[in-house]
Amino acid sequence: MAEKKTVIVQVKRQASPKDRPHWEEFELPWRPHMNVIICLRDIAERPITRDATPTTPVVYESNCLEEVCGSCAMVINGKVRMACSALVDRLAQPIRLEPMTKFPVVRDLAVDRSVMFENLKRMKAWVPIDGTYDLGGGPRMSPDLQAKAYPLSRCFTCGACLEVCPQINKHNNFVGAAIISQVRLFNMHPTGAMHARERLEAIMGPGGVHDCGNAQNCVKICPKGIPLTESIAEVNREAIRQAVLGWLLGK
Amino acid sequence: MSEPRVIVVGGGLAGLMSAIRAAEAGVPVDLFSIVPVKRSHSVCAQGGINAAKNTKGEGDSTAKHFDDTVYGGDFLANQPPVKAMCDAAPAIIDLLDRMGVMFNRTAEGLLDYRRFGGTLYHRTAFAGATTGQQMLYALDEQVRRFEAESKVKKYEGWTFLSAVLDGTGVSRGICAMDLRTLEVCTFPSDATVYCTGGIGAIFGRSTNSVVCTGSAQSALFQQGVDYANGEFIQVHPTAIPGEDKLRLMSESARGEGGRVWVPKQPGDARPPLQIPDSERLYFLEEWYPTYGNLVPRDVATRAIHKVIFELKLGVGGEPAVYLDLTHLSREVLDRKLEGILETYQKFLGVDPHVEPMKVFPGMHYTMGGIWVDNETQATNVPGIFAAGECEYQYHGANRLGANSLLSCLWGGMVAGPAAVRHARGLEKGCESVEPSVFEGERKRQEARNERLLLQEGSENPIAIWKEMGKWMTEHVTVTRHNKDLERTDAKLQELLERYNKINLSDRSRWSNQTLCFARELFNMLVLARVITLGALARNESRGAHYKPEFPERDDKNWLRTTRASSADGRIQLRYEPVDTSLIPPRARKYGVAK
Repeated sequence: MAEKKTVIVQVKRQASPKDRPHWEEFELPWRPHMNVIICLRDIAERPITRDATPTTPVVYESNCLEEVCGSCAMVINGKVRMACSALVDRLAQPIRLEPMTKFPVVRDLAVDRSVMFENLKRMKAWVPIDGTYDLGGGPRMSPDLQAKAYPLSRCFTCGACLEVCPQINKHNNFVGAAIISQVRLFNMHPTGAMHARERLEAIMGPGGVHDCGNAQNCVKICPKGIPLTESIAEVNREAIRQAVLGWLLGK
Repeated sequence: MSEPRVIVVGGGLAGLMSAIRAAEAGVPVDLFSIVPVKRSHSVCAQGGINAAKNTKGEGDSTAKHFDDTVYGGDFLANQPPVKAMCDAAPAIIDLLDRMGVMFNRTAEGLLDYRRFGGTLYHRTAFAGATTGQQMLYALDEQVRRFEAESKVKKYEGWTFLSAVLDGTGVSRGICAMDLRTLEVCTFPSDATVYCTGGIGAIFGRSTNSVVCTGSAQSALFQQGVDYANGEFIQVHPTAIPGEDKLRLMSESARGEGGRVWVPKQPGDARPPLQIPDSERLYFLEEWYPTYGNLVPRDVATRAIHKVIFELKLGVGGEPAVYLDLTHLSREVLDRKLEGILETYQKFLGVDPHVEPMKVFPGMHYTMGGIWVDNETQATNVPGIFAAGECEYQYHGANRLGANSLLSCLWGGMVAGPAAVRHARGLEKGCESVEPSVFEGERKRQEARNERLLLQEGSENPIAIWKEMGKWMTEHVTVTRHNKDLERTDAKLQELLERYNKINLSDRSRWSNQTLCFARELFNMLVLARVITLGALARNESRGAHYKPEFPERDDKNWLRTTRASSADGRIQLRYEPVDTSLIPPRARKYGVAK
């Protein structure tokens, strides 16, 4: 009888931000349609390494498991992606799981991405409304504009674009493509556009759009196929226009 | 009293709306969420949100929306709050539109609407097939703005453990745990709004997200908050089964013209598109000519079960039916359904533009939940409010598609201001409560953690969870038999016994997900019993609750709300009348127009 098919998974473990990382290897029974989340759940149910050493379940973030919440981004076989849609049968083995490197590790594969939400706050990434009272409908919008904006608004702040960006490093506080793309989204909205200047001023500041090095890795890695480089170019153009205008008007 | 304080637990649509409305009323809000709020389960809502805007000249009205909702829920919902929700819906859409939700548009630049289950009108506004995500983001952005103005303080990465109740049974705050440091803290509040979502994890696998365990609702139940109509569980007709989750294929697929069918010949092995139309059974269209593929979910799910398990016509002999979009134009599919088509393609490697999808029903939603009053979303415990899926008010015995986003937002719009009014109306606020009340609760919860972390046991919490899920899915979903429900409750009690002997494979004191899961597991088991006992007692069939032994709706005996309460650890059921003052109950049939 043929040997039972198995899946070999190697996980980079780190007990806390202060601890040193180390690798553990697991051998799991193969089943059809497995993804990386199922592997991690198998380990949680039976946390024993391949060399029969008991260990702890792997800590990681996950929620929707259908690639719409942005939680389970991690580096899988050297490439950042969402664990839920990483199908085992399409991955080379051993499958190597590591935390993203551009964010502080919390434990194992869980990292702290709060900086992205803080940057959204800095960029005033919202449509300012007067209140939740009944003030009638919103502005009319052409189907074309909606078709352009909708893909941008699917960004789920997973951080993959930051992970692959060479400008995100210890010597730079670049906000990254996701945030710039959100600036474009809100500047595109008819009401949001009324406050475009505030966002452009913020995005022209330190760590803003000018820190993009044009490596274009972001657009290739985005799990939602968001046209991030187009967003960066567009925000850059707007920013320059605003700067020139400001200079001409002596502001 | 000093400045009132409001806490909102849960950062999905209902929680964010509650927080926005409370902050807007001028009261600072502490908002607690297990995950960053932008990752809440509301992102999974796909198809849209209902509002009778009548933009297609069909003669739709809020009165018709109200009637469809009550009829779709098989008359179990109290009618005045449902009417209030349907009446408010058009203005809610306007608000979302103003917030920048990227709804699909018509050529004139207005919002587009599509059809959904349980109605004959184009009443559902949508943003592609990721409407929940788009709406959650819009509210997340508004809350971020309040956060920047210091009107809302977020505690993301905290899990709710228990309410802090004073000696008179009044809520004075919450006890929560930081998921990284495992620090247990209490937070005082004059009113708390719970928006803690669904309970899918009780069924093991469901369409719900990982955090939808019902743990918070159960903890509140154990502390004296009543739970209503727990037995009403929605099983969505079209999901893709997976070992980790059942991935939803939105009803909007059928709203846009998708057709459900199986080959007429059992076990037909031909590729689907080689099977001619005459050899296909479009069973929903055949059995329900008026509503066709857009019958409500309970009806569609039972029909699929019948086709597969009674008629033995599952695709290729497997438990699956086809959901077919291949006859629709690629342009329409990509503009209106892209999100779900992408999901199917990514997870199954099959392109639904060219090949029919294979789907099977999956646990999706709880109509039942925390008992709230008809006017203010208040529970029976003073100071505790609830909104969203975690409460029971709006959907009766079966929820119509695209009504859940609406009920989340409407519930939040009511609960936020109601919490503020309650807080402002108190003679003595939480600051007057003895510190020992908070200290006592914190110590109780800490002791529970210590016991779990230190005890040497023989039971694996994940194994117990899987067993619970298997029993609940098999016996407490689509078809229910009393003898199986009795066995399920006995099994749940056995699992609760075994829970006392669980052994944690992680005893560390930093970011210990195993500990949190173990805590949630206990609460899931208790709530599973509430659901099962409610189902056992209700000897009729109504909406999603179907008992072959009692196949008819029995208004004489069962047009009543199940109200479960906890007394000294025992689950007690009592019943209260349903307010049917606006629409007299009538028979529910989808083969003909209403």
